[in-house]
Amino acid sequence: MTDATAEPTHRPSPREQKEMAEQDGPMLAADGTPLKRSLNRALRAQKLRALMLIAPLLIFILVTFVAPIADMLFRSVENQIVSETVPRTIVALDETWSDHDAVPGEAVFAAMAYDLKEAAERREHTRLGSRLNYETTGISSLFRRSGRGVDDVGEIYADQFIELDEAWEEPATWTALMADPEWIADAEGTEDEDIPRFRLADGIADILPETASAYAGFARVIIDQDGDNPLEEEPWNTIYLALYRDLSAGADVSAYDGPQARRLSAAAEAVPGFESEPVSVMFEDIDEDWLDPQVWGTIDAFSSRYTAGYYLAAIDMQLTPEGIEPQPEEQRIYLLLFKRTLFMSGVIMGMCVLLGYPVAFLLANLPLRTSNLLMILVLLPFWTSLLVRTSAWKVLLQQEGVINDTLVWIGLVADNDRLQLINNQLGTIIAMTHILLPFMILPLYSVMQTIPPSYVRAAKSLGANDWTAFWRVYFPQSVPGIGAGCILVFILSIGYYITPELVGGRTGTFISNRIAFHISESLNWGLAAALGAILLGAVLILYWAYDRIVGIDNVKLG
Amino acid sequence: MTSGDAAAFVAFDRVQKSYDGETLVVKDLNLAIGKGEFLTMLGPSGSGKTTCLMMLAGFETATHGEITLDGRPINNIPPHKRGIGMVFQNYALFPHMTVAENLAFPLEVRGIGKSDREEKIKRALDMVQMGDFAGRRPAQLSGGQQQRIALARALVFEPELVLMDEPLGALDKQLRETLQFEITKLAHDLGITTVYVTHDQTEALTMSDRVAVFDDGVIQQLDAPDILYEEPKNSFVAQFIGENNTLHGTVERIDGDAAVVRLDDGSQIDTIPVNVDKPGQRTLVSIRPERVEFNKDRLAPDAHTIKAEVKEFIYMGDIYRTRVSVAGNDDFIIKTRNAPDQRRLKKGEILEIGWRPQDCRALDA
Repeated sequence: MTDATAEPTHRPSPREQKEMAEQDGPMLAADGTPLKRSLNRALRAQKLRALMLIAPLLIFILVTFVAPIADMLFRSVENQIVSETVPRTIVALDETWSDHDAVPGEAVFAAMAYDLKEAAERREHTRLGSRLNYETTGISSLFRRSGRGVDDVGEIYADQFIELDEAWEEPATWTALMADPEWIADAEGTEDEDIPRFRLADGIADILPETASAYAGFARVIIDQDGDNPLEEEPWNTIYLALYRDLSAGADVSAYDGPQARRLSAAAEAVPGFESEPVSVMFEDIDEDWLDPQVWGTIDAFSSRYTAGYYLAAIDMQLTPEGIEPQPEEQRIYLLLFKRTLFMSGVIMGMCVLLGYPVAFLLANLPLRTSNLLMILVLLPFWTSLLVRTSAWKVLLQQEGVINDTLVWIGLVADNDRLQLINNQLGTIIAMTHILLPFMILPLYSVMQTIPPSYVRAAKSLGANDWTAFWRVYFPQSVPGIGAGCILVFILSIGYYITPELVGGRTGTFISNRIAFHISESLNWGLAAALGAILLGAVLILYWAYDRIVGIDNVKLG
Repeated sequence: MTSGDAAAFVAFDRVQKSYDGETLVVKDLNLAIGKGEFLTMLGPSGSGKTTCLMMLAGFETATHGEITLDGRPINNIPPHKRGIGMVFQNYALFPHMTVAENLAFPLEVRGIGKSDREEKIKRALDMVQMGDFAGRRPAQLSGGQQQRIALARALVFEPELVLMDEPLGALDKQLRETLQFEITKLAHDLGITTVYVTHDQTEALTMSDRVAVFDDGVIQQLDAPDILYEEPKNSFVAQFIGENNTLHGTVERIDGDAAVVRLDDGSQIDTIPVNVDKPGQRTLVSIRPERVEFNKDRLAPDAHTIKAEVKEFIYMGDIYRTRVSVAGNDDFIIKTRNAPDQRRLKKGEILEIGWRPQDCRALDA
C-alpha cells in the first residue's frame, strides 16, 4: 500500500484495490454495523468466559508469585529506612559536611540528636543500625548503645533553662510557645486517643527553626507512639538543646509576639551566659565511634531513597564515600558462588543429557506396555521425598559409606585412603544429577515418541547405516527435547537449595544457599533480593540466548 | 508360478513370519516377481501384506524361508545394503532438511560427488514435476507434493526395486487418482520393479501388472487385475475385489465345467464350478452386479431366470443401483448403466432376472 502512494504511476494490483476498498469503507455485517465491531461483540462473550475460567489461577499466581517477586525486586533497591529515620541528619550532612575525612560539624550532631531521640522513642534506631551494619560493621551496636545515651544529650541546657525559669519545665509553656492556638483548644480536655494532628504555631518555624522541628517531632511521637497528650508531657532534653542552639545562633525573638514573648526574650538574653558543651562531645560521651568519619560517610552514602548498594554487594563491590570499590579480598564470595553455580548447573545438565538420552531412546522405542512399566521406574524417585533421596546419597557416598566400603573390599581403594565423595562438588553433582534426571528424560521421551520409526527406516532404506541414520535423521529431530530438558534441568538446578545444603559441604554449595542464609539468618533481605534478582536475570539472559540460538518454538515438552 | 523361478527378480521361498512364536502372520509364502513388474499386495489390514514388504525391505526378519533378490539371498543383508528404494505412507521426508537435502541424503551416504549429486537431484525432481521446490522444507509442501518428493527420493539413487507402503493412503480421492497414474507411468518408463502395498482394491486393479490378494497370511490369488476380478478363485477374493452378489445353495450336480446349484429357496441356477467338486456340497454363488440382466432381450435364451422384487432404487449419476430381493437375499444389487434406453425400476416391482452361466461362479461356502 505504501508503494502505491509513494509512486503515483504505480497501478494498484487487484489485491491492493481490494485492500483499498476495505480501507475506504469497512465491511458491514448484515445489520449494517461494521463487521469488525460485530465480530468483536460476538467474540467478547467467549473472551470473557475464557478469562473467568482462568481467573482463579490468575489471581492465585498474582498473589503468590508475581507480587512476592515484585516485592523482592523492590526490596533489592529500596533504602528508605535511612532517609525516613534520620531525615534531619541527612539534610545537615548534605549542607554542611564537605571534608569527608573530618568529623562533621555541630549542626550534624545536633540533627542526629533530634533524629536519634525520635527514632529511639519509636524503637526504630536498631533497625537502622542493622541496615547500616551491612555496609560498615559495628554501626549496629553503636546505634543500640546510642539509643539509650541520647536521652542525656541536651540535659545540661535543660537544667540551665529550668534554673532560669521553672516554667520551662512545664509542658504548657512549650505548647503555648510552639503549638497552633486552635490545636491547643482542640487538644485540651480530649481523650488521649482523640488528640488531633499536631500543628505548629504560625511563624515559629521561622524564628526558632530547630526547636520547631524538634518539638513537632516530639509532639508527633507523643501522640502517635505513646498515645499521650503533649499538653501534659515534659519535653525531651534534645528540645532544650534545640532551643539553646536557636537562641545562641541569634534567633530574632523580637519577631515573636505570642504568649511566651516575655519568657523567650528573657531566655535569649540569658543564653550567652549559659555553660555550654559541644554536641559532638556529648556524642563522644555516649560512644567515641561517633567521632569516626567512616560512620558518617556510611550514613551519607546510603542516604538516598533507592540504592544500588545491595547489587554492588552481590557482585563483591561496595559503595564507599569515595565511590564504588571492590570488596576487600577476604570478603569476596558472591562472584565465586555465581560462577560455581553456573558451572555446576552446566555439569549437571550435561550429565543428565548423557545419562538420560539413551534411557529416553530405549523407552520411546519399546512397546508401550514395557515402556510404561519402565517409565514407572523413572518416575519412582518423584514419589520419594527429596530429603529421603538426598539422605540416601549421604549413606551411599560418605567415607564409611556403601560405595567406599565396596571399593575397599574389592581392593580398588586403600582403607586409609577412602574417596571423598560427599560434602564437596562431586557429591552435589552426583546427587543432583540423580534428582533432576527425570526432568531430562520426560521431555526427551515425549519428543522421541513423536518421531515416527519410519524416519529411521526411510534413512536405512536410502542406504544409511545405523549410526548415520541415527545421527543425521533421528538426533536432529530429538534436539527440541534436549533443549527442553536442558532448560528445565539448568533452571531448576541453578536455584536448587536443599541438596547442595545437605551434601555440598563447603565447596559444593550454590548461590541459593547464600540467599537462604541472608533470608533466614542474617536477615539482610535486601542483599538476598539482589542476589535473587541477579539469578533471575541470569536465567532470563540464558533463556533469551537459547531463543536466539535454538528458537523457543523448537522446545517441546510433548 | 513356481518358487525359485530362475527368471524371478524377487522371490519368496516358503517364507514364514511369527512375532510371538504362537501364531504365524505370514504362512508359507511363495512368490516370484519378475524384473520390471508392478506387483501389488492387496489385502485387509492384518493380512500380512505389510509384513511381507518389511521383510523384503529388511526391517523384519523372516522366521523361516528365504527371500532372494536378483538371485542373491538377502535374509542376512541389513536394509541399508539392499539398495531398495522405499516410499512410506506418511512420506517420511526428513523434516529438518530441505527437499534438495532429502534427495541428497541417499547420494551422500553412497559417497557420490557433489556435481553428480546435483545433477541426479535435478533429474529426479524434474521427473516428478517438482523442479522448483528444491529449497523448500517438507512442512511447506502439500500432501501430494510431499509424496512426489518421497517418490523422487526413493528413485534418486536409481534402485532396481522400489517398495511402496500404501503411499497414497493419506491423500484425497482426486489427487490419489492423478498420482496412481503418474506412479504407474514412472515405474514403467524407468523399468523399475515395483512392489506396492495397499488395501484399496481400485488402486490395485488400476495400477498393477499382477495383484496378490492376501488374507490370513496366505496369498489367496495372484493374477492380473482382469482375471482377478472376473475369475475369482474363492469367495474371499470374489467378495474382497469389487462389489459382489452372493447366493447360498447346494451343488445339485456337476457336469464338466458346468454345475447346477439349488438355492436355499429351491430354485436352480446354472453356474461354473470353481472350487466345488461334488454334489451335495454347500456353495456360495457369486455374481457381479453389472452382469445381472432383467431385460429379456439381452438374456441368453437358455439362461435360468429367477424372480426378484425391487426393494430400493438408487440413482448414482453414471449408473443406477437397484437393490432387489432374490432367493431370500435382500441385499442383491443390480447395476445398470445410465443409458437413454435404460429403464428406472420402481420399488415393489417383480422382475425376472438372469445372467450368463459363465458369470455365475460357484465358490466355497
